[in-house]
Amino acid sequence: MVENRPWLTALSHIVLSLGVLITALPIWITFVASTHPVEVLMSGRTPLWPGDHFLQNYTTILGSGMEAAGGVPVGMMMWNSLVMALMIAVGKIAISIIAAYAIVYFRFPLRMTCFWIIFITLMLPVEVRILPTFAVVADLGMLNSYWGLSVPLIASATATFLFRQFFLTVPEELAEAARIDGAGPLKFFRDILLPLSRTNIAALFVILFIYGWNQYLWPLLVTTDESYYTIVMGIQRMVAVPDSEPVWHEVMATSMLAMLPPVLVVIFMQRLFVKGLIEQEK
Amino acid sequence: MEKRVTFSRRGLAFALVAPQIVITLVFFIWPASQALYQSVLLEDAFGLSRKFVWFDNFTSLFSDSIYLASFGRTIGFSVATTALSLGIALLLAAMADRIIKGATTYRTLVIWPYAIAPAVAGVLWFFMFNPSIGILAYMLKALGYDWNHYLDGSDAMILIILAAAWKQVSYNFLFFLAGLQAIPRSLIEAAAIDGAGPFKRFRTIVFPLLSPTTFFLLVVNIVYAFFDTFGIVHATTSGGPAQATTILVYKVFSDGFIGLDLGGSAAQSVVLMAIVIGLTVVQFRYIERKVAY
Amino acid sequence: MAGLQFTGVRKTYPNGFRAIHGVDTTVADGEFIVIVGPSGCGKSTLLRMVAGLETVTEGEIHIGDRRVNELEPADRNIAMVFQNYALYPHMSVFDNMAYGLRNRRTPKEEIESRVAEASRILQLDGMLDRRPSQLSGGQRQRVAMGRAIVREPEVFLFDEPLSNLDAKLRVQMRLEIKRLQRDLGTTSLYVTHDQVEAMTLADRLIVMNAGVAEQIGTPLDVYTEPATVFVAGFIGSPAMNFLPGTTTTDGRGVTLDGSSQTLPVAPPSSASRDKITVGIRPEHLEPTSPDAASLALSVDLVEALGADSLVHGQLAGTTQGSAVTVRVDGARRVAAGEALSLAVAPEHIHFFDADDGRRLV
Repeated sequence: MVENRPWLTALSHIVLSLGVLITALPIWITFVASTHPVEVLMSGRTPLWPGDHFLQNYTTILGSGMEAAGGVPVGMMMWNSLVMALMIAVGKIAISIIAAYAIVYFRFPLRMTCFWIIFITLMLPVEVRILPTFAVVADLGMLNSYWGLSVPLIASATATFLFRQFFLTVPEELAEAARIDGAGPLKFFRDILLPLSRTNIAALFVILFIYGWNQYLWPLLVTTDESYYTIVMGIQRMVAVPDSEPVWHEVMATSMLAMLPPVLVVIFMQRLFVKGLIEQEK
Repeated sequence: MEKRVTFSRRGLAFALVAPQIVITLVFFIWPASQALYQSVLLEDAFGLSRKFVWFDNFTSLFSDSIYLASFGRTIGFSVATTALSLGIALLLAAMADRIIKGATTYRTLVIWPYAIAPAVAGVLWFFMFNPSIGILAYMLKALGYDWNHYLDGSDAMILIILAAAWKQVSYNFLFFLAGLQAIPRSLIEAAAIDGAGPFKRFRTIVFPLLSPTTFFLLVVNIVYAFFDTFGIVHATTSGGPAQATTILVYKVFSDGFIGLDLGGSAAQSVVLMAIVIGLTVVQFRYIERKVAY
Repeated sequence: MAGLQFTGVRKTYPNGFRAIHGVDTTVADGEFIVIVGPSGCGKSTLLRMVAGLETVTEGEIHIGDRRVNELEPADRNIAMVFQNYALYPHMSVFDNMAYGLRNRRTPKEEIESRVAEASRILQLDGMLDRRPSQLSGGQRQRVAMGRAIVREPEVFLFDEPLSNLDAKLRVQMRLEIKRLQRDLGTTSLYVTHDQVEAMTLADRLIVMNAGVAEQIGTPLDVYTEPATVFVAGFIGSPAMNFLPGTTTTDGRGVTLDGSSQTLPVAPPSSASRDKITVGIRPEHLEPTSPDAASLALSVDLVEALGADSLVHGQLAGTTQGSAVTVRVDGARRVAAGEALSLAVAPEHIHFFDADDGRRLV
């Protein structure tokens, strides 16, 4: 900073540390709660230090699930979440990048119409068209399937715009040089554009993986078969056990597992993730 | 938005946009038009008869005191969540921007709640505030406040606001920090030479220059509070107690899926759609203006 | 190897803008042609039409005896060097050069030997594994040249290839390009706005202005006998002095506007009109004794360049008269405010029609 004000720097550190504390506290409490046996939690007050039931709680939950909530193994839910998140992330990237390629590099009739149809999806989040979308998926027989979980979510204006934006910054001469070098549209896309989009694809993948993993309302609607439950919606089934207090240590262990993959992705791919997010503003 | 070099193979171009367009038409445009269509129909719960009723569904929606109360509640919830998360994020970002060494470390430590699903964030706070075993409820009791979100509507509302804001701070922090770091150092230095102290500089130089970011975040946060918080409500309070946390998205869901009031739910969908469209237009106006700079 | 032929070539953009108004010329096999002109004159458009990156609205372009109007760029047997090089950033130097050959299914050994040969000529050995971002500007320029060479095309197209380099490197690369083209003997079309590049590189120049080829000829022809006022002003540095004037009644001299001075040189007889423009290059004005002088200059400003000095001034006896620049020997001391007497050899005086700017002969 411009001038040296030790007290202000100290204050900054204090405020930031408080911020870190507020961020971390819920996670710490959750972790602690997930390592205790149920009696300790029910004794009236959450302990502040981990207990000795870590392995036991997690093995139970992963392998056989919570009995009170129908005993769906959390391991299986995580697998479902993973499949859904990957299908959404890969699917969105794939269809967005080719659509953006067509819109930027081709001249064809109805091009602007296509652009606007894609644009409109920005204004139609799942939440505002719950019932009719459910009806469509039901009519197509896609309930209780991975396709039903992912396909309706993979159309995305944001990803298409991001790629379009990036393609517009690629120098025209590159495409011209490729044309002179004898590369047709598909070859240019495969040999030049796709490799150049690598970081954008990776950044988008991080964001979309998190987006996919964290889906809640949609899996809630299209899955009635327990073997398709995802972990984020599964937690709700555990919290909302009728007429009794939830089995908190197992709910907390499940919450930890639900947070783990996306949080790891954010921490270890921070640079890509930050890039991907900030780009969306533009 | 056009390239000088363009390809003219129409068939290929159509094949490339087709997947996106087909999915959009089937899962976005068609359902949305169904919602529009149903919003002007009156249908009995068994789907046996339907009647075209013009705007009756909307009229009854806006004369329904429960719906209006939910609308007001949603606005209050959005304002509180947005203000809280933006305020905290700006404070933290301004502090992190001051510190040259360690800003990235703090960033790492603060941003990860972004990765947590709203529903999970809700459950975490739900647990901490649990009236019988939650640590925060226990602390409040020690301070003489008897917290119970199962019975007290305001407690439940505060709970979902805290959970929603907590999760969103990380996102806002990231943008504020990027915005702050993009402000040229020389401007700050010029202000310092002009005799402005750190607080005055922030108020008169930094904050105005940050306004594009702030505006962008404002819109994003309102959209978040309106739509993405469904999971928080559904996984914790389920709209209760006594509808105290029934925000609009939750009401669309419960009226449609549980109440099976198709026309009413469709009318609510259309109202929500209008809100998103309004917010998107506002956001794009702003982007256009930014381009004009 | 092949020549090039333009027949009535025109270009009109879909928005109605007419970029090229009709170019007719033949380029001999192995010739180095430089298209020069100010920005927006259509020179790049003409080049890109040869490359196949712009469609030809009217007329025909032949490479050798093939009409290429409808051919894809890759099928025209040309190679192009772009202003910003347009190297593929994610490929190594080797792959950048080899990409076009691979697309034409050239055998692997053939590709390797051609790339090796090109990198030897361009002194790029040892850099074949690097990425463009790891190279200096001059090296990138060489890779771009290499990419063109390995294709062994019939025609090289250069689109302002040196304008992204600093001044010193530009001079060096200019020489290299000249030498390379001479050694390879490949027909070349080179676009630039820099008249020094144009003069030094070209076998023949095409001077373009506003979509029209104003003059086509060897650099010296263009310099000594510019066809129009535009060409005369564009080629040569500092630019030619233009003095508006009127033919004297006896037709033996020219009275300069706003001045009592008369040039004792007769304009060509074809000058039926009395309004003409006289052009004299700064290097053709010689300081002399007052009685031998044909022009008198009052000096405003002197720029000493070392070897010579540029003297800026106005014709004496004019109020807001014509500005004139003179190049004098650097050893001669001239000061502002001084009066300078100037002589000019009759063969160095150019006459142009004041209305259409054409050279009077």
